[in-house]
Amino acid sequence: MAGGIKKFVVGSFEDEAVLFPAVKNVRKAGYKIHDVYTPFPVHGLDHAMGLRETSLHTAGFIFAATGTTTALSCISWIFTKDWPLNIGGKPHFAIPAWIPITFELTVLFSAVGMVLTFCYLCQLSPFVKKHHFHARATDDLFVMAIECTEKTNEAELINFLEKSGAQEVNVQMAETGWWIGRYDREQKLYREELGY
Amino acid sequence: MSLLKYESQTREPLIDGEKNYHQITEDIITPIELKPSKLWYVGFFISVGLLLFGAYSVYREVTYGIGQWNLNKTIGWGWDITNFVWWVGIGHAGTLISAILLLFRQGWRTGVNRAAEAMTIFAVMCAGQFPIWHMGRVWMAFFVLPYANSRGPLWVNFNSPLLWDVFAISTYFTVSLLFWYSGLLPDMATVRDRAKTKLRKLLYGVASFGWTGSTKHWQRHESLSLVLAGLSTPLVLSVHTIVSFDFATSVIPGWHTTIFPPYFVAGAVFSGFAMVQTLLIVVRKVMGLQDYITLGHIEAMNKVIVLTGSIVGCAYLTELFIAWYGQNPYEWYAFSQNRANIFSPYGWSYWLMMFCNVVSPQLFWSRKLRRNITVTFFMSVVVNIGMWYERFVIIVTSIYRDFLPSSWSTYYTPSIWEIGFYLGTFGLFFTCFFLFAKYFPVVAVAEVKSILKTSGENYKAKMTEIEKSDAEKFYVEEVAHAHH
Repeated sequence: MAGGIKKFVVGSFEDEAVLFPAVKNVRKAGYKIHDVYTPFPVHGLDHAMGLRETSLHTAGFIFAATGTTTALSCISWIFTKDWPLNIGGKPHFAIPAWIPITFELTVLFSAVGMVLTFCYLCQLSPFVKKHHFHARATDDLFVMAIECTEKTNEAELINFLEKSGAQEVNVQMAETGWWIGRYDREQKLYREELGY
Repeated sequence: MSLLKYESQTREPLIDGEKNYHQITEDIITPIELKPSKLWYVGFFISVGLLLFGAYSVYREVTYGIGQWNLNKTIGWGWDITNFVWWVGIGHAGTLISAILLLFRQGWRTGVNRAAEAMTIFAVMCAGQFPIWHMGRVWMAFFVLPYANSRGPLWVNFNSPLLWDVFAISTYFTVSLLFWYSGLLPDMATVRDRAKTKLRKLLYGVASFGWTGSTKHWQRHESLSLVLAGLSTPLVLSVHTIVSFDFATSVIPGWHTTIFPPYFVAGAVFSGFAMVQTLLIVVRKVMGLQDYITLGHIEAMNKVIVLTGSIVGCAYLTELFIAWYGQNPYEWYAFSQNRANIFSPYGWSYWLMMFCNVVSPQLFWSRKLRRNITVTFFMSVVVNIGMWYERFVIIVTSIYRDFLPSSWSTYYTPSIWEIGFYLGTFGLFFTCFFLFAKYFPVVAVAEVKSILKTSGENYKAKMTEIEKSDAEKFYVEEVAHAHH
């Protein structure tokens, strides 16, 4: 879980129209983008970065199915085995009357489960401390962080980002603990995407 | 290929004025950072006062029993259940706006969804008070929880609509809260990153859960919002459906009708939108958010009001017709005598409801009136009065004359503590809303930014050039080609 201190070259862009080609160029040049921080969801940026689709909705489906099963199995066990209550002589196994509660529990399990999964995957919780590469990333800047390895030529990379339209480029040290998030395995290389 | 799609000029902009991303942040976040105005304090303390009066009314009711209310053996459900259904109904607009309009890809929802969702949560909190305190011996409220107890029937009755209500309302509250708060995280981070004081940085830091704006997080956030919207859409329909089952599954004339679920849902959306109008017309003015909650937004909501108001009107006429056509003497008596007969003890409430809910919203067929703020504000209050009377009519006029004429109870007036309890929920609602308006971003900052370049006034102007060049290109490539 624990990571060391790593070096990042950080470029900030003011316009998403400049950001998109820059993302493409950076990846083409063989650099690995650590992440891009944006003030709002920029549609298509995940694809441009080569991120794989999230499977959060699958988790949602599994939670929903758990809710349905919990409701149906609990109520049917309670009303037919554990304590068969005579309600006006009506059948004990009364599925139509259980639809409302079954539905509500399906939704409840799915929503709660998905939100918790979301928070876990993104490591979001109160009192968590994260490194923020730029304070304006939640305001009006699109901030690209590129991780430096031994092979990276820092000066060249800074120059490259500036040429790609970054307004502000700097080098930052950040602790890559579990909270900073690593999507290396999620991100395909540019050449893999093109199929060579 | 252009990465940004501009929206056609034929649609009016959703964000007025010369805006950029930073300006949006400034406009929406600045009121949080300033000291509250005098008006805010006045409103807040009036609300707290009402809340305290409500708390005292509830204290009387708990100490001396339900007898503090003017309910009797015949009218066992009066103001309390009327208020419950009324508040739950109001709590339907927020999730409708954020969920159903998200699925329908309605861009205008971004300006109003945050405040509407907050309103939903507060309204559901108010609604929940009524069934809880109506229990009388409230210290036994845990009897509704489904666990193996030691009280005789070992479990709660899962076949009872009242228990369905427990599940429906608590699920609705939880899911709405999660939906609202997950949408708030990025905006809380925006407030945190602008914070100048240590305390604010700490509090918004905690509240934003350490949000960074990472692309991967946004991708998951989008997926989460979409699925939550998909779940909330049937949920919002189910909640008022289940509330209507409280009545529809009984054998009381006037309640025992299959039309109730759709009729209740339409009425809920109708009253919910009216309450959103009441609040947002004030909020946009006081907080200077006219560029984000535009006349276009108000008009769009008025369209929903005229549509749902007409559905409700249609339902009123349908149930009246079926009561006659069904030839059940009790059902017809409830409709023709207890309700439609204006000279009967509560006949006036039926016609007041008809006027407020069916006749008056028809004004909104006129575009000029839909875009008139004074008319809209007045109408939003009229609609909510009408919708309160709808629940009053359904509940009281169905039960005040029961099957035994000697126990008919023709004049039910609420006691001061019954009224106090209702006023207290207004206090709760507005106390929460004032705190929300002061400490939370009332417009979804990130969502508004995401539609700026397609629907912002200054960006839409660029569409003219693109439309022109596209038309020329189309002519050269397609039309001219076809001629050859």
